[in-house]
Amino acid sequence: MVRPFGWPEAVVAAPAALLVIATGAISWDHAGAEAGHLGPVIGFLAAVLVLAKFCDDEGLFHACGAWMARWAAGRPGRLLTAVFALASAITAVLSLDATIVLLTPVVFATAARMGARPKPHVYACTHLSNTASLLLPVSNLTNLLAFTASGLSFTRFAALMVLPWLVAIGAEYVVFRRFFAGDLAAAVPEPTAGEPPELPLFALVTVGCTLAGFVVASALGVDPAWSAAAGALVLAVRALMRGRATPLTVLRAAAPAFLVFVLALGIVVRAVVDNGLSDALGHLLPDGSSLPALLGIAALAAVLANLINNLPAVLVLLPLAATSGSGAVLAVLLGVNIGPNLTYAGSLATLLWRRIVQEHDHGVDLREFTRLGLIAVPAALVPAVLALWFSLRVIGG
Amino acid sequence: MRVVVWLVEGTWPACVDAVRTHAPRATEVVLLHVSEPGVPGLAHGAFAGLLGRGHAERDPGNRLEDLGARSAARLLDAAAERLGRPCTRQERAGRTEREVVAAAEGADLLVVARDGDRARLGPHSLGRAGRFVVDHAPCPVLLIWPEATPAVTTIPPPPAHSPDPPHHPRPPHS
Repeated sequence: MVRPFGWPEAVVAAPAALLVIATGAISWDHAGAEAGHLGPVIGFLAAVLVLAKFCDDEGLFHACGAWMARWAAGRPGRLLTAVFALASAITAVLSLDATIVLLTPVVFATAARMGARPKPHVYACTHLSNTASLLLPVSNLTNLLAFTASGLSFTRFAALMVLPWLVAIGAEYVVFRRFFAGDLAAAVPEPTAGEPPELPLFALVTVGCTLAGFVVASALGVDPAWSAAAGALVLAVRALMRGRATPLTVLRAAAPAFLVFVLALGIVVRAVVDNGLSDALGHLLPDGSSLPALLGIAALAAVLANLINNLPAVLVLLPLAATSGSGAVLAVLLGVNIGPNLTYAGSLATLLWRRIVQEHDHGVDLREFTRLGLIAVPAALVPAVLALWFSLRVIGG
Repeated sequence: MRVVVWLVEGTWPACVDAVRTHAPRATEVVLLHVSEPGVPGLAHGAFAGLLGRGHAERDPGNRLEDLGARSAARLLDAAAERLGRPCTRQERAGRTEREVVAAAEGADLLVVARDGDRARLGPHSLGRAGRFVVDHAPCPVLLIWPEATPAVTTIPPPPAHSPDPPHHPRPPHS
């Protein structure tokens, strides 16, 4: 499903969805229900993607680079701390796409300009785009899917996930400081002060208001997607009025091909689940929200995410976990969000597909990647599940 | 005398200075920097892990490749300026340790900075790449401490109840 010959994945997924409908592998009713259920999620996602894109245009990520350089003051260890703080915040608020596509190049450029070795900092971006995407429903598409399945409010979701989020990031930080100790110890030749960052005030205020809007919307029982849509609209209209964007760039920022892909994938996965997979996995998935059950669910989710990628994994597991309550749904999220750090390109399926279409692995040291993953994933996942169990006991599911 | 100087981010100035101090009679100096394609590769992989995002022009790995090439050129320029004498600049891409060994073939001296834990004397002061280069270098190696050299007291004392150091019998023919 990964870009055969440079096409968007939707080109494969959409006909596959039509095929499973045409062959009767999924009934019209079920396909319609799945589409109706995914529609609002997709709208929410489109709004967040537009919001991140125009935050970039407003100079938010450029300013992030300047802040990191100033905070680091020529010391690679401090740079790593700054990268952890910003990558965690950006992933949580503007989603993992923003960290991977928009923040990673800025982090690399900042490290290179400082004369620091970029590897630990780029690794931090890739790991945190997964691990730090636990906090809010908007942080990751997997969360948006689970959020609607769990029936939790926006604020309750965030309240339950804040402790696992902090614990998982803290664990990654400790692992990184030790794993990359040699790279981080290299002093920087001539630390340069760097230009004072220009504050992208408009973007920051808009994002702040959007976050406040999530809280207000969930208190009033309104879909928080409207708040994301309002934030995206404000930034898009401002860009249009200033002549920095055209309606076409706004549409492109919403990634329509991706939205079609998500819809089609949802229908295909539903067909597979209906035709036996749910029975097979239903036996494996532990019931309830006791600590051993949560650990088992998270571990199974992590394994499945590493096999077939986290998006299909969460679509498969959600209907099964939802019957055990919101605790089980959040445990699935811990597994599918932290788990992908174990495998290059996120899963064996993606890795194999890259081999088949002969996309190079670009000289990545897979042994090093996997060694880091084997340490970091359990180190983050197990304490995060404990933290979730504790939060569920204190706050209630 | 042909001297190859392996330059790495962070520690390179010490290597350039070592050429001036220890090899003033070098006739040919090659400043070598190796770019690891693995770092942009991490970004390619992270993007591939995002299923369905479509077109490759959004792939951040491509931007990292451009940025990496520019920063390598800047590093070599700064090193040449610090050296202050004619030299050749060599930029290689690939597995760092293998590229360094290949570049050192036929050289009279290879200058290498320790790339591990440099707080104390000991085997950990060489990282993975540094260890490979020192073990496989096809020429004499000048191995330097890029920052202040740790004191001899950083060597831990021998274990309290250990017997005498193991005695290795020599093979009869040596």
